[in-house]
Amino acid sequence: MSEMVLLGDEAVAMGAIHAGITAAYAYPGTPSTEIMEFLIRYSQKNKKPVAQWCANEKTAYEGALGVSFAGRRAMVSMKHVGLNVAADPFMNSAIVNIHGGLVVVVADDPGMHSSQNEQDSRYFADFARIICLEPTNQQEAYEMTKEAFELSERFHIPVMIRLVTRLAHSRAVVQVDGQREENPLQKVPDPNSWILLPSNAKKQWHELLEIQKEMEKHSESSNYNTLELNPDFKEFGVITTGLARNYYLENLPELTPKPSHLHISHYPIPVEKVRALANHVKKLIILEEGYPFVERFIRGILPIPLEIQGKITGEVPAEGELTPDNIRPVLGLKVRERKGVVHFNLPNRPPQLCPGCPHADTFMSLKKAMAEFQKTMVTSDIGCYTLGALPPYNAIESTVNMGASVGMAKGAADAGFYPVVAVIGDSTFLHSGVTPLMDAVAHNTNMTLIILDNETVGMTGGQPTILPYSRLKDVVLGIGVDPAHVHVVTTHRKFIDQNAQLFLDEIKYNGLSVVIAVRECVETAKRHKKEQKKA
Amino acid sequence: MKYDMIIAGVGGQGVLSVAAIIASSAMKEGLYVKQSEVHGMSQRGGAVYANLRLSDQPIYSDLIADGTASMILSMEPLESLRYLHYLKDDGYLITSENPELNIPDYPDLNELLQKIRSLPNALTIDAHKLAMEAGSGRATNMVLAGAASHFLPIKPETMKNFIKEIFARKGDKVVDINLKAFAMGRKLGEQLLKS
Repeated sequence: MSEMVLLGDEAVAMGAIHAGITAAYAYPGTPSTEIMEFLIRYSQKNKKPVAQWCANEKTAYEGALGVSFAGRRAMVSMKHVGLNVAADPFMNSAIVNIHGGLVVVVADDPGMHSSQNEQDSRYFADFARIICLEPTNQQEAYEMTKEAFELSERFHIPVMIRLVTRLAHSRAVVQVDGQREENPLQKVPDPNSWILLPSNAKKQWHELLEIQKEMEKHSESSNYNTLELNPDFKEFGVITTGLARNYYLENLPELTPKPSHLHISHYPIPVEKVRALANHVKKLIILEEGYPFVERFIRGILPIPLEIQGKITGEVPAEGELTPDNIRPVLGLKVRERKGVVHFNLPNRPPQLCPGCPHADTFMSLKKAMAEFQKTMVTSDIGCYTLGALPPYNAIESTVNMGASVGMAKGAADAGFYPVVAVIGDSTFLHSGVTPLMDAVAHNTNMTLIILDNETVGMTGGQPTILPYSRLKDVVLGIGVDPAHVHVVTTHRKFIDQNAQLFLDEIKYNGLSVVIAVRECVETAKRHKKEQKKA
Repeated sequence: MKYDMIIAGVGGQGVLSVAAIIASSAMKEGLYVKQSEVHGMSQRGGAVYANLRLSDQPIYSDLIADGTASMILSMEPLESLRYLHYLKDDGYLITSENPELNIPDYPDLNELLQKIRSLPNALTIDAHKLAMEAGSGRATNMVLAGAASHFLPIKPETMKNFIKEIFARKGDKVVDINLKAFAMGRKLGEQLLKS
């Protein structure tokens, strides 16, 4: 046993290392990024495991599947919306007979600190009919990750670890123990369980449904699902999931008598434990970090004799994160007085592009070009350049999901809009922008794509783009964009006018054009300079 | 014993380094620690803060509750007021006087500082000037850490050792500058304690 100070993300990474993973894959995304960053640092020192960034979450997931197919343990990590991208391999990996342990870590972002929605990944685990473990602190993040590999191999399913921002990005001491050996390299004995032809898939789906009962039984006896009944108090009982337990325990000293309490961190939901608590009390209070997943399940649609208070009935806030404060009213505790009230006009300080950011110069050129037209449309994407939506730029008009700028521009052009420009970063383009560009090539859509190439994945802290910037032009040419309308330019303050003219010329061209505006991110440039100095 | 504090500032001002020094020192002294940070989007020149919780008992929540923080330590005056609702009645507010002017509607600095000084147990410090005197403007956050050190349930020696440790790879000169900045801040903090 030894002690380490770890972020929740890093505790998961350490758990995976100690579980004997052979490989880990990921695409950067807040709040999950630090899992892979830790694994890469560890792997550089210790020569293993394989720890790699991938083009996107789907390719990352498929890499992990291959490791499992070869009999070894693998982990794939992503942010919650990344699982949408990886949904195809995820859902189908539940049907095959997972061989080497496969753990998928999904970091949700309730409160939307750095995301476009607050979807709750427990629904995805339920959808795939697999086990989900939900740690509430760094120690559990470590231990549950190790256990997840055991469960994966025992039930032959992928197992999900669900994190949330406040755990992913909070540091504490973690007790860690020894390392398990890697699995031997041993191919799946019966590939039929992985060849999902309908005849095999039917059999596999049947098996997955058959083992649901065993998974439920296991959940029922899991040490992570704890039920404490207070025989002397029946007025109400509390169910917590995820970080809600921490906030509940923070407030517990003020509650007398102590309510009966069920904490759920191991899904499927332990039905018998829920029933035992429900039979014991007149009212259930349900506190969950995320959607009212357990609450909806328990509430159902038929009348029940029990009163249930939670997010659906509004006693607990249905949006944003839980806090030690916003669960007090439902527990019957007085709201803490906010004594330090500021009587001073506090302007907001939203995030913004760094001074000297290449995107800023590209946006200035774009605005200049667009000033020629009365009506314009600029679709955009996910990355630092999303901040181009804010003043002083106000340069973009959409941000929906990775790669959407390209497909949406095509759709808008098909609908008859002109001029339409899509702006997307280099890494986002490689993640999900190439395929919609193929659609635009196929129909020579009248649109202009500007790839903002800062040679890095900027917003998540400067991870390397999966292909170096010099290849982007070849990718664009390779899928068939007319070479006369593919340009690579340096974006810089001193080139604002000439780049604006080029944008304008290409916007006026009746067909598909692509301009790659290149200059390295100022943050990574600083870092690279430092590294060069050292070397 | 329980000591909750908010460390505030603007992305890039060294909020996380100060949090790390205090957290690591507390751990070295055997305390339970939780340190919640902001990563990702809001780091880009936006308002950032860390929740730092120290205790001799296990800590559950990563987040601090309203009206319970013992201190707000801010790298920037405007940011020091953003989290005031966390501060308890007899909590301390320590902030740098040097504004980060990256927004168009930054309030009048004098009015802002007057407002802060009118609060009970508040100390504003020209941390940048002291850091320059210590040898580098980059040690501003160590001046503030020094000022805070009086009030923390940690021995200043432990913090100093940690400052030595993290700056060691940058050479003796950087270590000295940061230790000097810490000492200068600590001296100012003493005045607040006396008043």
